[in-house]
Amino acid sequence: MNETGNKTVQTAACSDLSLKKSGYLWDDAPDPHKYSQCVHCGMCLEACPTYEETGLEPHSPRGRVYLIKSVAEGKMELNEMFKDPIFTCLDCRACETACPSGVQVGALVEEARGQLFKADPPKGMQALLHKLFLHHLFPYPRRMQLLGTLLRWYRKSGLEKWAERLGLLRLLPKHLHDMEKALPALTVPPVLRSHPEHLEAFGEKRAKVALLTGCVMDILFSDVNEATVNVLRRNGCDVWIPKGQTCCGALHVHAGDRDMAKKLARQNIDTFLSEDIDAIIVNAAGCGSALKEYKELLQNDPEYRGKAEQFSRKLKDVSEFLFELGVVQPKGSVPITVTYHDACHLAHAQGIRNAPRQLLREIPGLHIVELPSADRCCGSAGIYNLTHPEMAGQLLERKMQDIPSECDAVAMGNPGCILQFRAGVLQHKRPLRIVHTVQLLNWSYENEEKGERYD
Amino acid sequence: MTDGKRERLIREMQHIVGEQAVLHRYEDLVAYECDGYTVRNGLPSLVVLPKNTREVAAIVKYLHEHRIPFLPRGAGTGLSGGAIATNREVIISLVRMNKLLHVDYANRRAIVQPGYVNLKLSNHVAPKSYYYAPDPSSQAACTIGGNVGENAGGAHCLKYGVTTNHVLGLELVLPNGDIVRLGGLPDTPGYDLTGILTGSEGTMGIVTEITVRLLKKPQGVKTVLALFDRVEDASVTVSEIVASGIFPAALEMMDKTAIEGVESGNYPVGYPKDLEAVLLIEVDGIEEGLQEQIGRIVEICVKNRCREVKQALTQEERARWWANRKTAFGAMGTISPDYLVQDGVIPRSTLPEVLKRIGEISRKYRLRIANVFHAGDGNLHPLILFDSNKPGETERAVAAGSEVLKVCADVGGSITGEHGVGLEKMDDMRFIFTEEEIASQIRIRNVFNPYNLCNPDKIFPKPARCAEMKKLAAVAAEEDRAV
Repeated sequence: MNETGNKTVQTAACSDLSLKKSGYLWDDAPDPHKYSQCVHCGMCLEACPTYEETGLEPHSPRGRVYLIKSVAEGKMELNEMFKDPIFTCLDCRACETACPSGVQVGALVEEARGQLFKADPPKGMQALLHKLFLHHLFPYPRRMQLLGTLLRWYRKSGLEKWAERLGLLRLLPKHLHDMEKALPALTVPPVLRSHPEHLEAFGEKRAKVALLTGCVMDILFSDVNEATVNVLRRNGCDVWIPKGQTCCGALHVHAGDRDMAKKLARQNIDTFLSEDIDAIIVNAAGCGSALKEYKELLQNDPEYRGKAEQFSRKLKDVSEFLFELGVVQPKGSVPITVTYHDACHLAHAQGIRNAPRQLLREIPGLHIVELPSADRCCGSAGIYNLTHPEMAGQLLERKMQDIPSECDAVAMGNPGCILQFRAGVLQHKRPLRIVHTVQLLNWSYENEEKGERYD
Repeated sequence: MTDGKRERLIREMQHIVGEQAVLHRYEDLVAYECDGYTVRNGLPSLVVLPKNTREVAAIVKYLHEHRIPFLPRGAGTGLSGGAIATNREVIISLVRMNKLLHVDYANRRAIVQPGYVNLKLSNHVAPKSYYYAPDPSSQAACTIGGNVGENAGGAHCLKYGVTTNHVLGLELVLPNGDIVRLGGLPDTPGYDLTGILTGSEGTMGIVTEITVRLLKKPQGVKTVLALFDRVEDASVTVSEIVASGIFPAALEMMDKTAIEGVESGNYPVGYPKDLEAVLLIEVDGIEEGLQEQIGRIVEICVKNRCREVKQALTQEERARWWANRKTAFGAMGTISPDYLVQDGVIPRSTLPEVLKRIGEISRKYRLRIANVFHAGDGNLHPLILFDSNKPGETERAVAAGSEVLKVCADVGGSITGEHGVGLEKMDDMRFIFTEEEIASQIRIRNVFNPYNLCNPDKIFPKPARCAEMKKLAAVAAEEDRAV
C-alpha cells in the first residue's frame, strides 16, 4: 500500500480548471475525461434505482456526475454531504446502458469513493469491520474456508436452532436476520480446497482455462463452482484452479479502498498469467466486472498496466465463454419453468444479456418465461444490502412482485443476487429455487448421464 | 433573503411537505443548478418535493404571501434553461407526483400527475393498442408536466401535432396558491385557456394534473432509412416527399457530424463513415397502401441520388434506428465536452439555403455544428459543439446559436419549435416580435402571475421587462398600501 497517505495534489485533474482548486487531493481522482463526456441530458434518470425510489437529483447518475465534477471544480468538498449520494449509489451501472454517450458512471463513483476513503476513512466499529473483512478475511482463501467450516458447523450442530430458540438472532437487525436465514446449506466443500489444481477435459480437448473461484461463491455456493468445473470439463476444457489466487477486490473498490484492491489485483495478475491459458473464467458477475476493469484500476501503474490489459482480455464470464466456444448440446431433461434475472454486473457492466439466455434455451424440457424489468437491480449490489438495508429492501420487494407466478426457479449469474433472492423468497414464502445458470446446464448433463433424456 | 426569513421559509416548507421533502443545504442544492441547458446555472434557495396538489397549493400560497420567487421543475431535461433558478427561486420539484391517476379507454383519455414520465404512459396503455402521441427524444426520462410547460414536440409531431394538441384539460395551482381546473372536454366554450397554459414555461402557474388524449396505435408502421452522399440531395428529397402528397408520420434527418456522434455513442446503427446525410422516414396508418407509399418514397430517394435506401425488416431493426436517432443529443458527449442545441423552425423549402448559412456560421465562429432535425416540419436542431473549459468558447457558442436563429427568422421561420424560449432565447424573441408585441404577451402573463414570482425572468427579454417591472412595482406598492 505504497500510496497510503501520499498526499499529492493531482495536477492532471485540475489543470484546465486553473481558477479553483480541485477538492481531490490524492492520486487516482475521478477522471476529467470521463465526467466531461456527460452532457447533462438526463436520459439516465429513469434507469437509476435510487432516483426511482427518491426522485432526488443528487441521487441520480446525472446528479452524481455533476457533484463529482463540482468537487473537481472546487465548488464542493469531500465531506459527509458528498459522501451520502456517492455511497448510496448501487454501482449497478444501469445508467451506463441508458447513457447515449457511454459515460462510465460506475468508474467515476468508484474513483470518488477512493478519494472519500482517504479523506474520511472508516472509524470506530466501521473501521474494525472493514479491516476484519476486507483486509484480514477476504484476501486469504484459507481463512475464508475456515469461516465456511465454522458456518457449516453452526448450521449442522444445532447451534443455529438454539440461537433461534433463545431469540439470539432477534438481537440482530432485521436485515441481517433475514440474510442469516437465507444462507444456504453449505453441503459442498470449497472447490479451491477440495479439487486438485489441474483437471482434465472430458473427451476431446477444446481449450485450457483457469477458474477464479471467488470468495462468497466458493464458501456459500461451492455447489455452483462444482457445477462450473463439471460444465467446463464437459465442454472440452482443461480446468486449472490456481491455488495462488485471491479475492478479486470488487468489494474493496466499492468501499473506496483502492490501495488494497490494487494489491489483490497484482497478486491475481501474477498468478493467472503464470501459465499459458486460453481464458480466465469467472461465474460471479460482480467479480467478473471488477476483474475486467483491472486495466482501469491499474492505469497509473506503469509496471502492471500492460499486464492488466492482457489479464482483462482473457477474462470471460462462464456464460459468455461457453456461448462463444459453442456449448456441447445438453441432452438431459430439466422439465421446470424458469425465469432469468440479469445481474447488474453482467448485463450493464459487461453487456452480457444474450449468452446466458441462449444457454438456457439449449436445455431440453426447460420452459423459459421472461422476467419483467429483468435488468433492474435486486438490491444486493455487493454488500449494499447490508449497508443500506432500507433501499435494498424496497428493490427486493419490487423484484419479488415481478417474478411470474408460474415459475419454479429463477436463474442468474451472481452470488450476491442469489443470496438476495433467497432472502426474498423466504420472506415471501414462495417455493422458488434460486439457481446459477450453469447449475441448470449441469443438471441437464447429469440427467443425461442418468438416462433421463428428453428426446 | 435574510437568514431569519430563510429559516422561517425552511421551517414552513418542512411543515407542509415533511422534513424529507425539503432540500436546503448547499451540497443538496448543487445538482439542481441547471437542467438540460448547461450554459447558465443558478443555485436555488431550496428544493421542495410535494406529493399532491394540496401541498403544491400550500407551498405556493406561502411563497406568494411572502413574495418569494419560485419555479416548477420536472425531470430537468429541458433544453432552454426554463428550470434554472437565476433569482434564487424555490424549486418546486414535481417528480414525486408521478402517478397515473386514471385511464379512460372508452373516452380515449388518461389523467396523469405532472411528474409522470412520458414513455410510461405509452407503455402502460400499449397492451390495449393505445399510445400517447407526443414523443420528445427524451421521452424515457422527461415528465408530462414538463412537456406541458414547454409544449414539447417530437419526431412524430409532423403528423400528430405537439403537446397542446393532446392536452384536454389541466388542474393548475395559480401563482397565488388558488387551485383551478381548465378545459377537460375536447372543446370548451370561452377562451382556450388550456392552450395558453400549454407552453407557458411555468410562468402562469404550476400544473398539478393533466388530462391527455390517447390515440389508437396505427394498424401498420413502415420505416425506411435513406443514405445520401450530399446534404442538398437529402434536403430536396424531404421537400419532394412532402410535396408528393404522402403524409409521413416522421421524417428525420442527420448530417455528417451528427452521424459521427451517434455512431460513437451507445446505440450505433453502423452507418458508413463517409456518409453526408441520413433520412429516417416513417409512414403509418391502415396497413393497406403503406407499402405503396414506401415505394413512392424509395423512388424519390433514388431519383435524388441516394446511395442506399432500406426498409426495416423487423421491429428490432426499427427500434435500433430510432434509439440511435433519439439519443443523438446525448451522444454528442462522445465527440464534444459540451453542446448547445438550437431549435429553429423554417419553411421546408428554405432548408438547403439555411444549411449553407449554418455552415458559414460554423466556420465564422470556429465551432463544429452537428445538424439533427425533424426535417418534415422544418424544425432544425443544430448542435453547436464547444468546450466550456476553453476560454471564450461558451460565449462563441452562444453567439453562434443566436445567429443561427436570426437566419431562421430571416427566412420566415421562428426561433423555437418545441424546446421553449426559457433563459436561452429571451433576447432572440426580438427577431420575431416587436416591443409592443412582447409587452402585450407580458400583460397576458400578468393576468395569471401579477407579481412575476412564478418562474420570473424567463421567455421575455430584459429591457421590456424592466419597464413592466416598474409598472408592476408601482401596482404592488399601491396594493400594499391598500392592505
